[in-house]
Amino acid sequence: MTTVDLHTLTGAYALHALADDERERFERHAADCADCAQEVRELTAAAARLGLAVTASPGPALKDQVMRRIATVRQESPRTVPLTAPRAIGIRRRRPARWVLAAALAAAASLGGTAVWQHERAQDAQEQARQAERRADQVAAVLAAPDAKSRTATLAGGASGTVIVSKSRDQAVFIAARMAKPPSGKVYQLWFDDAGTMRSAGLMDPGRTTEAVLMEGSVDGASGMGITVEPAGGSAEPTSDPLALLSFPA
Amino acid sequence: MKEAVEIGRNPSAEPDLPDLMARVARGDQEAFASLYDVVAGPVLGIVRRVLRDRAQSEEVAQEVLVEAWRTAARYRPERGSVMNWVLTLAHQRAVDRVRSVEASAAREHKAALLDRTPEFDEVTEQVEARLEREQVRRCLRTLTELQRQSVTLAYYRGLTYREVAELLALPLGTVKTRLRDGLIRLRDCLGVTA
Repeated sequence: MTTVDLHTLTGAYALHALADDERERFERHAADCADCAQEVRELTAAAARLGLAVTASPGPALKDQVMRRIATVRQESPRTVPLTAPRAIGIRRRRPARWVLAAALAAAASLGGTAVWQHERAQDAQEQARQAERRADQVAAVLAAPDAKSRTATLAGGASGTVIVSKSRDQAVFIAARMAKPPSGKVYQLWFDDAGTMRSAGLMDPGRTTEAVLMEGSVDGASGMGITVEPAGGSAEPTSDPLALLSFPA
Repeated sequence: MKEAVEIGRNPSAEPDLPDLMARVARGDQEAFASLYDVVAGPVLGIVRRVLRDRAQSEEVAQEVLVEAWRTAARYRPERGSVMNWVLTLAHQRAVDRVRSVEASAAREHKAALLDRTPEFDEVTEQVEARLEREQVRRCLRTLTELQRQSVTLAYYRGLTYREVAELLALPLGTVKTRLRDGLIRLRDCLGVTA
């Protein structure tokens, strides 16, 4: 089948009217054809309107069954490379790192963190940028370190924080889950606790309430870490009482 | 043919769905219950339209909704609305079911296909008569007769384009083109953006 032929399959593809082998061939073609991918998105959206037009009214039993079932179904992690995403540099390298990250997060979860694996999503969302990838690799390296140890604390409002420290790497990762958004113009700042003196370890992304952050700087004998609310941009030293203080695992 | 009609609100552009979806992806069952309320009707509707059989439709709709929960983290807002995502999944699963049933009876397949032929007019009529969204009905009318037949046979019956070609006794290339041109016309008329 020629390229031109393949391109005219956008409609059939959007309608799920291709046989398996043709669909695969078309998907391979569309992966390198931005115009096709865009047309597929538009035609798929148009097809979905045909679906909307035949809306039914499900009985209450269906909802009961579905809600019961999802309570026992584990959710999948985000796909690391979207099917039709433009080929990004470094995908090959990223995959193993992701697997390490996922495995390490699962390990961290089993150490007592609550639903820590969810952070993979925070790590993953929108991360095509290489900078984010490097950070993720570093986070993964800390989590995967043979001597990584974790401690979890419950924060106000059902949020939780887990700190993972690797002595051999002299680095720490802080994982926040379900934190309230910081007040407007404020940001969460992380600190190393050097025997009562707080040393900045960087800021959390104010747009995220669930995030894994590589703490900036080396652990360097710090006995624990803290988190405070600071004006946007952060402060040289804490200007408010800590929301939480965690001592590092021995 | 750029005749974008907006009658009533367009649920595929529901503003709070992406937020709900993000919460669902984080494992929030309450958020999923709200998402369910928005998408379950359309999901069951399209599955039932393709499969016809009520018991099978409920079963497949349930699978689709559970799959939406399971794979919520894979939803990408930049690739389309939540409603599109769920309905595309629902249509795919309904079609998968049709094809798996048909594959298991491959030899009878052609006979079955021909058997179903008389249903065709009935299907399109029902579709026309029961379309809940006036703009879809209006826009379907902007398609040529053969475009409309091809598109509705593929979408509402779950036929492959080869089957559509067989049914309408048309060359494959013609059907491919019709499906694409028909959807493009529908897209322009509905003012769909993606």
